[in-house]
Amino acid sequence: MATLEGDARAAAGARAGRLGFLLDRPEWLGPLMIGPAVLYIVLVVGLPFFLALYYSVSDITMGSRTLGFVGLKNFVSVVSTTKFQTSLKNTFVFAVVSQVLVMVFANVLALALLKDFRGKWLIRLLILLPWVAPISLGTIGWLWILDSIYSVINWTLQALGLISPDNWPMWLGIPHLAMGSVITVHVWRLLPLATVIILAGLTSIPQDIHDAAAVDGAGFWRHLFQVTLPLVRPIMLVAALFGLVFAFTDMIIIFVLTRGGPYDTTQVLASLAFFTGIQGGDLAEGAAVALFLFPLLLAVAVVFLRIARRTEVT
Amino acid sequence: MDSVDLSTKEGEFLVLLGPSGCGKTTLLRMIAGLERPTAGEILIGGRVVNELAPRARKIAMVFQSYALYPHMSVYKNIAFPLKAQGVPKATIPQKVEWAASLFGIEKLLQRKPRQLSGGERQRVALARAVVREPSVFLLDEPLSNLDAKLRATARDELQQFQRRIGITTLYVTHDQIEAMGLGDRIAVMQGGKVRQIGTPSEVYDEPADTFVAGFLGSPPMNVVEAPDALIGFRPEHFLPREAHESPAGLTALPFRITRVEYLGADRLIYGVLEGKFQGAKVIARLPSTVMAPVEVSRRYEFAVKEKDLKFFATATGLRTRPRPL
Repeated sequence: MATLEGDARAAAGARAGRLGFLLDRPEWLGPLMIGPAVLYIVLVVGLPFFLALYYSVSDITMGSRTLGFVGLKNFVSVVSTTKFQTSLKNTFVFAVVSQVLVMVFANVLALALLKDFRGKWLIRLLILLPWVAPISLGTIGWLWILDSIYSVINWTLQALGLISPDNWPMWLGIPHLAMGSVITVHVWRLLPLATVIILAGLTSIPQDIHDAAAVDGAGFWRHLFQVTLPLVRPIMLVAALFGLVFAFTDMIIIFVLTRGGPYDTTQVLASLAFFTGIQGGDLAEGAAVALFLFPLLLAVAVVFLRIARRTEVT
Repeated sequence: MDSVDLSTKEGEFLVLLGPSGCGKTTLLRMIAGLERPTAGEILIGGRVVNELAPRARKIAMVFQSYALYPHMSVYKNIAFPLKAQGVPKATIPQKVEWAASLFGIEKLLQRKPRQLSGGERQRVALARAVVREPSVFLLDEPLSNLDAKLRATARDELQQFQRRIGITTLYVTHDQIEAMGLGDRIAVMQGGKVRQIGTPSEVYDEPADTFVAGFLGSPPMNVVEAPDALIGFRPEHFLPREAHESPAGLTALPFRITRVEYLGADRLIYGVLEGKFQGAKVIARLPSTVMAPVEVSRRYEFAVKEKDLKFFATATGLRTRPRPL
């Protein structure tokens, strides 16, 4: 019996060969599996990041052959411009306002989707749609919706008699309206993801806890604010962190809708970096703008993850 | 749930006992207002509560999982129902102290549920339930998450506590020992129906049907088939003829032994009947005080007192009047 088993094992070993031997050993298999991911991060994330770090303290421009070290000169000169200061302020307004709205709406939607009702799948599909559609395509759709001549909103409002043809709002042309428009589109875009994340958090609360709250006499608001929301808070923080970092670093919606206009009133740091570094050709200053918020975002990420861990419940 | 007709007495400890899936938890949740009955009425304190939300029913419930709020301290857990019912702020601390002292958890008030042991969590859940002094106390298998040793002491404490505060209590369990030990009365349920309701000795000694007979007791009642009825007798009543005090009124049942289990306090004897009930498998339970030697594959003269024979109708399984064999 023992020899039979031994023979079988030997035969299997020979078939699998050296590779099988490697795959059977955790100390080899582990690195082998994680290797591609590490390689990917180093090449696609790490390398550009460190390149940008170096660019930001150099005098590189597009087409130049020099790469001299200039210290913090780029940062100093960039920070002193009003364009940068406006963009910095806009970035915070854009990111914070959109995230607050996303969190509120995502909670409302997730709570609504938790209940069973007819046609729930359709609502879910509609809510998820902005996330699966290519973002630039979706934004172009919004560009038409907010267009100064063809805006479906304005036509509807006019048909309802709420506005007259001579005072059509220029959704993307008037400073406050433009900011409101880009925030709206950004909220529309990030809402599905936040909703799904929070929905996952809500479904993980045991039914017993809800039943206990009902028996204990909690009404709707007390139940929501003292039981349900505190219990989804850790996962809500993850959604908020993700959304916040995304809002601070993404520029595609602004690029498509307003290109930072009118008069830089919707210019954010990400778009400013693009216009300065890529379109303006000043790679060094563009890198400095892009990296300006990096320490802040890192700090935000650390703080959020700490809070999330502390409030984690088992 | 199917035509359950059940009423409790004031201050009574009523146990709903049945196998899993028999509807006992559903019944409890209907009383709590967490589920709606399709028909029928639920009354608490003489008032129909069908249309009332759980919060308006003056009930308290302890869940199998305890369902403590994990993000709140023990103090806040216990204070939650008080705040929810608008109890004046000033009186909340003393009520929480009172409830905590009932269960000896005053020292744990600042802890979070995850820092508590199973037994401590259970006490917190009970304290949270009694703090608002409900008129009915609903307990859904509150001891099933405790280890065996803790369960025995918790059972004892629970009963003492219930006697002391005298709140009508409905207690759901699938554990017959808990049911027998705790209940003033037991409602035995199966398939959404109440099969029998009575004191522990009534349901044990006078089972209303073969289900109750087979569900209670470990090992359960032996049921053998006679030509026109089913005959049941408890393993502990099925003894060697010489072990009965008097030979009068005995029904002899010759017994061939197939296996003997020695359990310390008693012996379980497995075997088959011979003679009239040829081939019926039955179990005898011999207390350690019965010294009679029993050997596997030998035939013995066993007997049951006539009064300990229970008769059931073959078709329905319901209890029928006894008759001579």
